[in-house]
Amino acid sequence: MNIVVCIKQVPDSAATLKVEEPSNVSWGDALLIINPWDEYAIEEAIRLKEKFGGKVTVLTVGTEQSKEALKQAVAMGCDEAHLISDPAFVGSDALAMTYILAQAIKQLGEVDLVAFGKQAIDSDTGLVPAGVARRLGWPLLSYIAKIDEIDPAGKSLKVTRLLEQGRQSVSSKLPVVITAVKEINEPRYPSFMNIRKAGKLQIPVLDAAAIGADVSKLGATQAATQWLKVFPPPARTGTVEMISGDSPQAIAVTLADKLLAEKVI
Amino acid sequence: MTHNILVWIETFKGKAVAVSYECLGEARQLAAGGTVTAAVFGENAAAIANEAITFGADKAIVCEDATLADYRAEPYIALLAKVATDLKPDVILAGASTRGRDVSSGLAVELEVGAIADCIAIEPQAGQLVATRPVYAGKLLSQVVAKTMPVIITTRARAFPMPEAMPGKTGEVTTVAPVLSEDQIATKAIDFVVEGEGEVSLNDAHIIVSGGRGVGGPEGFTPIVELAKTLGAAVGASRAAVDAGWIQYTYQVGQTGKTVAPDLYIACGISGAIQHQAGMRTAKVIVAINKNPEEPIFKLARYGVVGDLFQIVPALNEEFKKRLGK
Ligand SMILES: Cc1cc2nc3c(=O)[nH]c(=O)nc-3n(C[C@H](O)[C@H](O)[C@H](O)COP(=O)(O)OP(=O)(O)OC[C@H]3O[C@@H](n4cnc5c(N)ncnc54)[C@H](O)[C@@H]3O)c2cc1C
Ligand SMILES: Nc1ncnc2c1ncn2[C@@H]1O[C@H](COP(=O)(O)O)[C@@H](O)[C@H]1O
Repeated sequence: MNIVVCIKQVPDSAATLKVEEPSNVSWGDALLIINPWDEYAIEEAIRLKEKFGGKVTVLTVGTEQSKEALKQAVAMGCDEAHLISDPAFVGSDALAMTYILAQAIKQLGEVDLVAFGKQAIDSDTGLVPAGVARRLGWPLLSYIAKIDEIDPAGKSLKVTRLLEQGRQSVSSKLPVVITAVKEINEPRYPSFMNIRKAGKLQIPVLDAAAIGADVSKLGATQAATQWLKVFPPPARTGTVEMISGDSPQAIAVTLADKLLAEKVI
Repeated sequence: MTHNILVWIETFKGKAVAVSYECLGEARQLAAGGTVTAAVFGENAAAIANEAITFGADKAIVCEDATLADYRAEPYIALLAKVATDLKPDVILAGASTRGRDVSSGLAVELEVGAIADCIAIEPQAGQLVATRPVYAGKLLSQVVAKTMPVIITTRARAFPMPEAMPGKTGEVTTVAPVLSEDQIATKAIDFVVEGEGEVSLNDAHIIVSGGRGVGGPEGFTPIVELAKTLGAAVGASRAAVDAGWIQYTYQVGQTGKTVAPDLYIACGISGAIQHQAGMRTAKVIVAINKNPEEPIFKLARYGVVGDLFQIVPALNEEFKKRLGK
């Protein structure tokens, strides 16, 4: 199988964020990681390759720094990596990102499956995968908890999707776009061999021209949506009121009084 | 400024999901005299359309074709794109559910317009709509504008109030034909196993009682579940409890679980790690029950109890049983 995984490099969720007016967010020298959801996509892709043969190509749209995320993906077991980078991409929103990624995927020859995480933990939009699927004209199977069956030769698969109300079983033709949720697998740690391989890897950089992207559609000025302002959420009002008492029963009585007075029960 | 607004009413098994009616309420506000149109597809669409009109839509567009019986991204996006192209709304609203995110994004590409996901507030400002949404797992809020028309906005469940129904209100309901035929759709819905039936769902819950590593094992959830039953609440869990295998992933609250916004969140044996907070920090009132007074959960909580959850939670359950006459 020829599998592509799209990953994003994001600041670790424990990073301390700083806002520079009006809408720039920085995280100092906090650790940059592969978007946690994308690790499930990587793991699933590697498992499919191990079972059916073929290769896994990992892509990211980002800066020189994002090569670290690609190397980590190769250290987990991906075969090839491409950094998609061009000054013209800076300031792209989700809509533009779907265009850039779809253009890049189209350059990779015959692809059977493109795997995404369900959402990036920085911008938190969850918009990119469905948009890429539309641009490629492929079906979208999002929020996958399990690939139940896959037949690369017959070009079909059956999956379980995890939605608010429960589990939906869906079948589809290949090629397909999938997004992974946590239940799908347990991402592996990089192996020693693959870490060495990743260390030596030269990562090709594809710019706008290389993926045939029309730059007049891209960049901050062309973005369909724009961040005006970023700010911390209003602090929770009031401080904690500690409830104590001589016995659990006494505490329960006081707490019940308070909660009923708050009119939340 | 008036706006004409198209609202996608998401349905499941012949019923509208709550967040769609929250969208209608918000659409009514934003329309400021403009028209609010509900789009309803699938099983029971005509009846749901009439219900949507009582919740604030002026009119509705329905399609009950068999290809739309179960939600599938391809036919739903294709038909919504056609409806939007014909109707030319200024704004398209949907819930920021799993389906809502897929639909909004596919539709954005189809129409080449901007989409803003998971908004908690929308305000007209100087002739444009400014949407506020949490980013970086809720550590920051971002105000976003779209430069395209229409703009597609999805709203977070329970961020906007549920409007009051106006029984007897009527409006025009038009039927549209599907865009894709069955042989043009690559995905086939095989079946759906509903989970947690009869339980309160985390997404819509007014009250959540949540357990963490402090519950100590699968049986440790028993007092949590009992208190939840008494309060009519949903059960939640931290990732530590899920990873330990004590409770299913579908109950996980937090950055890699569900984002919830109940009126009351009772955290039992949960330390309040930043990734857990990401999923629950917008709860109106948070109660922390924890042995260790130094834990970060107490910085977030309105009420705190330092103590053993196995004593406090059952006592609270008994007390509420009395108060609520159960
Ligand atoms: C990328 C990433 C994503 C993550 N996503 C999530 C997520 O979605 N959701 C999530 O919850 N976490 C998530 N985490 C994990 C998070 O960092 C914490 O590890 C987790 O939330 C801790 O769970 P906990 O509070 O139950 O456990 P602990 O931190 O171990 O806290 C247990 C608490 O129980 C208390 N306690 C023990 N016994 C009792 C008792 N008998 N009575 C009362 N109190 C007691 C202790 O004092 C302690 O405060 C994520 C982490 C990462 C790195
Ligand atoms: N810059 C990027 N480069 C590659 N893949 C990305 C990028 N941004 C988002 N993605 C993919 O799209 C998914 C959803 O991201 P988002 O829609 O931004 O929340 C992520 O989990 C990644 O798989």
